[in-house]
Amino acid sequence: MFRFEKKANPFYEKDVSGCAVSAIMNTKGRRFSSEGIVKSIANQRDRSNGLGGGFAAYGIYPQFAELYALHIMYQNQASAHKTEQYLDDYFQVEHKEVIPHRHDTVISHHPFLRRYFVKPYPVGEKTPDRIFERLSEDELVIKNVMRINTGFDGAFVFSCGKNMGVFKGVGYPEDLAVFFKLEEYSAYIWIAHGRFPTNSAVWWGGAHPFSLLDWAVVHNGEISSYGINKRFLENFGYNCTLFTDTEVIAYIFDLLVRRHDLSFEMASKVMAPPFWDEIEKMPDEEKELYTTLRATYGGALLNGPFSVIAGFKNGIIALNDRVKLRPLVAARKDDFAYVASEEAAIRIVQSELDRVWSPAGGEPVIVMLEEPAAVPTAP
Amino acid sequence: MALKTYESEFKIVRDDSKCIACQVCVRQCANNAHIYDAEDEKVYADDSKCVNCHRCVSMCPTKALHIEHTPLQFMGTANWTSSAIRNVIKQADTGGVVLTAMGCDKKYPNYWDRILLNASQVTNPSIDPLREPMELKTIIGKKPDKLEFENKGGKVSLKTHLTPQLELSTPIMFSAMSYGSISLNAHKSLARAAFEYGIYWNTGEGGLHKDLKKYKDRTIVQVASGRFGVNSEYLNTSAAVEIKIGQGAKPGIGGHLPGEKVPEEISVTRMIPAGTDALSPAPHHDIYSIEDLKQLVYAIKEATRYTKPVFVKIAAVHNVSSIASGVVRAGADAVVIDGLLGGTGAAPAVMRDNVGIPIELAIAVVDARFRDEGIRNQASIIAAGGFRNSADVIKAIALGADAVYLGTAALVALGCHVCQKCYTGKCNWGIATQDPYLTKRLNPNIGSGRLMNLLRGWSIEIKEMLGGMGINAIESLRGNREHLRGIDLHDKERELLGIKAAGETW
Ligand code: SF4
Ligand code: SF4
Repeated sequence: MFRFEKKANPFYEKDVSGCAVSAIMNTKGRRFSSEGIVKSIANQRDRSNGLGGGFAAYGIYPQFAELYALHIMYQNQASAHKTEQYLDDYFQVEHKEVIPHRHDTVISHHPFLRRYFVKPYPVGEKTPDRIFERLSEDELVIKNVMRINTGFDGAFVFSCGKNMGVFKGVGYPEDLAVFFKLEEYSAYIWIAHGRFPTNSAVWWGGAHPFSLLDWAVVHNGEISSYGINKRFLENFGYNCTLFTDTEVIAYIFDLLVRRHDLSFEMASKVMAPPFWDEIEKMPDEEKELYTTLRATYGGALLNGPFSVIAGFKNGIIALNDRVKLRPLVAARKDDFAYVASEEAAIRIVQSELDRVWSPAGGEPVIVMLEEPAAVPTAP
Repeated sequence: MALKTYESEFKIVRDDSKCIACQVCVRQCANNAHIYDAEDEKVYADDSKCVNCHRCVSMCPTKALHIEHTPLQFMGTANWTSSAIRNVIKQADTGGVVLTAMGCDKKYPNYWDRILLNASQVTNPSIDPLREPMELKTIIGKKPDKLEFENKGGKVSLKTHLTPQLELSTPIMFSAMSYGSISLNAHKSLARAAFEYGIYWNTGEGGLHKDLKKYKDRTIVQVASGRFGVNSEYLNTSAAVEIKIGQGAKPGIGGHLPGEKVPEEISVTRMIPAGTDALSPAPHHDIYSIEDLKQLVYAIKEATRYTKPVFVKIAAVHNVSSIASGVVRAGADAVVIDGLLGGTGAAPAVMRDNVGIPIELAIAVVDARFRDEGIRNQASIIAAGGFRNSADVIKAIALGADAVYLGTAALVALGCHVCQKCYTGKCNWGIATQDPYLTKRLNPNIGSGRLMNLLRGWSIEIKEMLGGMGINAIESLRGNREHLRGIDLHDKERELLGIKAAGETW
C-alpha cells in the first residue's frame, strides 16, 4: 500500500513510530557489499513491525557520479508521464531506467519505481528560476523536488543526491533488500532503517531513510518539538511534506550545515544543546557561544526521544537526544565504523571490535572519510 | 427628579451577634461605607459607598461582615440588564463618560478555555521535572538570521554577536503599571520580586522613582505619549526601553491622571509640576506614521548607545499582524501585544469593553505573519492581557509568544480583589492609590514575597505541563501548535489559531 493522496496542508498529520537504525562506513572510502548492513538490520527485526524499512547507499553510481540521481515513485503511468515531462523542462536527463527490483518476493504491492540521472540546464533561457532567483544547482534541485512532492499527485521523489541512492518501502528492511536487489550494489556508507509505526496509515514515501541532496537520515524517536521545528524551517523556505520527524531532521542538517555553514559539531549542539546549567559554568567565551547558539537556533532544538544517523557524502553523524531517551551504540574496527540501536546489531557483523561505546546524550559521533569523497560538489 | 435607584450595587451584611464595634472596618474603608455611631456604640453601613473590595471583610477580627450584590435589581430584560440601565441613568444625571478600571467585563469567548494541551503516552516518554532538567530560561530580543563563526588556530569562536537581550528565568514579566496609577509600595514590590526572581518589571509611563534605581538591571522603562519622567538618565537606568503606542484596555485613546493625584513625589518622578493634570495624548505627537516610529526607536537606541533592546507595545486591534510587522521593520527588538482583556487604572467603560481583539487570536496571527514574512527571528513577541494562570501562559507560548506580561494577576497577588475602582484613587488595598494612610497597607517585603510565590508556583506548573508533553526546554514549545487542540471552536477560529480540533491526531 502506498499513499499518495496525502499532500501537505497546514493541518497535515504526522506519523509516529519507533524503530531500529544501523550504519556501516568505511573511512577509507572503500566500497563494500550490502551483506553486513542487511544482517545488522535483520538482527534488530524485533524493533520494527514490517510497515517500513529502507537503505541509503553512498558511492553506488560511480559511472554517473556528477549527476543528480533522482529516485522517484509513481502511483500510475499518468503521474509518471506528467512528472517526466516536467523533468525534461528543468533538467538534462542523461539516463533513465526502472530501479531494479524482483517480483517474486514477499513485497507484493509496490509503486512504479524509476531513477533518472540528471543535471540542471545551465543558466539561460530555459531556466528562468535560475535567472530570477540566482539558485545554485543544489537549490534548483531542492526547489524542483519540493515542487514535485507537494504539487504532483501520485509522484514522489525519495532520493536526489549524487552518487548515492535510497531504497525504501513498506515491509521489513531485509525483505526490501531482496526486493531491491541490494546485493548488486557496493557502497562506502550503508545506512539502514526498520520501522515500527504506531498507526497503520503507512506509505512507501514515509519510510526511512529520508533524503535530500546527499543527506540521508534515519531516526528512531518521536520529536515532541516537531510543531515548532517545522514552522522554524518554513521561515527558511522548507516545506515539510512527508509527515515524519525525520524530514525535519534532514532539513535542519541541510539548513545548518549546507546553507549556514555550521560545522557538524555545532549543528549537533543546535539539535541537542547543553543545558543552561552547564552553559552557566562555562568560561565566558564558550558561554557566549552556547547562549547565542541556543538563542538563535532554539526552533531547531530537537526535543523528545531520538537517536538519529545522518549520512552525507563525506561521512556519517550519529546523535542522541540530550537526555538519551533512545538507544545508540557506536563501534570501530580498523577502517570500519559502526553505529546501531543495539550492540548486537554490530557484533553480528563484526564480533571483534577495537572499541565499542554508548555515546552520551547530546554527544555526536562524527565519522569522516579520511580522504574527502571524490564526488564533485556543486559550484 | 428622583430617578436614582442605583446607588447601592452592594449590600453590607453585618452579623450583630458577632460585631464587637471595634471600628476596624470604619478605619479600613476609604470609601466611608462604615460609620461609627458613638451614641449607639454601634457601627452602621452606607451601602451606597461600598465597592465590594472585601477589605473590611478580610480585616474584621470577628468575621462579622459579608458583602452581597444588592437584591434590589431593575426589572430589566435580557438585553436591558441592571448595569445597562444604571449607566444610562448615571449619564443622564451627569452628561459624563462612564469610567471604570481593570480589564474587559463583557463575556466574550475566552479562547484559553477552548484550547486543550497534549501529553505523552507510550510512544514518547514524559519527563519528570523533579528528576530531569526542565528549562524555562527565555531570551528576549532580536536574533540574527544565521550565525557565523571563525576558526582561530583550531578554536572556534563567534563572529556574530547578539544585540542586547533580556534573560528571563521564566517566560513571565510584570507589565507596565505607572507610578501614579499604582503606589510606590506596589512598584517596590514588583521591582524587588523581578530582581530576585530573575525576570523584569515595567515602570509604566510615569517615570522611575529614585528609590527604585537600584533595580535598574531588571527594569523596563516605558516611554509613552506623555513622556513623563523621560530623560537620558531615565532611559539608561534600565535593562530595556518600551515605547507604548497602545493599551489593550483602551486602544486608541490616551490617559488622564487628575492633578489631585499628583503630589510632590509623583510630580518629581513624572517631571511635571505638583497638582497639575498629567495628560497622555492619544497618539504620540511625534509619531503619525510608521516611519516616525522608526525614528523614535532609533533615537532611543542612540540615546542608550545600542545597549538596550527597544520594545514597542501595541493594542491587539483588527489588523494587528500587519501593524506588528511594521513595528518589527521599524527596528523594534520585541513587539508587545496587549489583548482585549488587558487591564487599566482608568478607562471609559465603552472602550474597555468593546475595542480590540482577544490576545489568543492576536498572538496566533502575528506569529504566523512573522513566519510567513521570514522575520520571526527579528523580534520577540510578548503577549499581555488577562493571563489568569499558568495554563493560559503555556498556551500563549505554544501559540507563538516568547513571554507574557502579567498585570492584573500580579496585583491580585498583592491583595487586589478586582473591584474595578482603581480610578477613584481610594484603593483599600494600598495599590491603586497615593493616600499614605492606604499605601502603607502594602508592605513591599511581603508583597514581593507573594509575587515570587506566584512566579514560583506558575513556573512549577509550567514545568509539569512541559514534562508531560515530553519537552524539556521551553523553546521547543514556543510556536509548537501541534501540542494544542481546539474545542468548541469554529473552523475559521481554529484556522486563525493554527490548531487542530480535539480528537484530530498529529
Ligand atoms: S470590623 Fe467587624 S467587628 Fe469591627 S466594627 Fe467592623 S464589623 Fe464590627
Ligand atoms: S487595585 Fe485596588 S481599586 Fe483597583 S481593582 Fe484592585 S482592589 Fe480595586
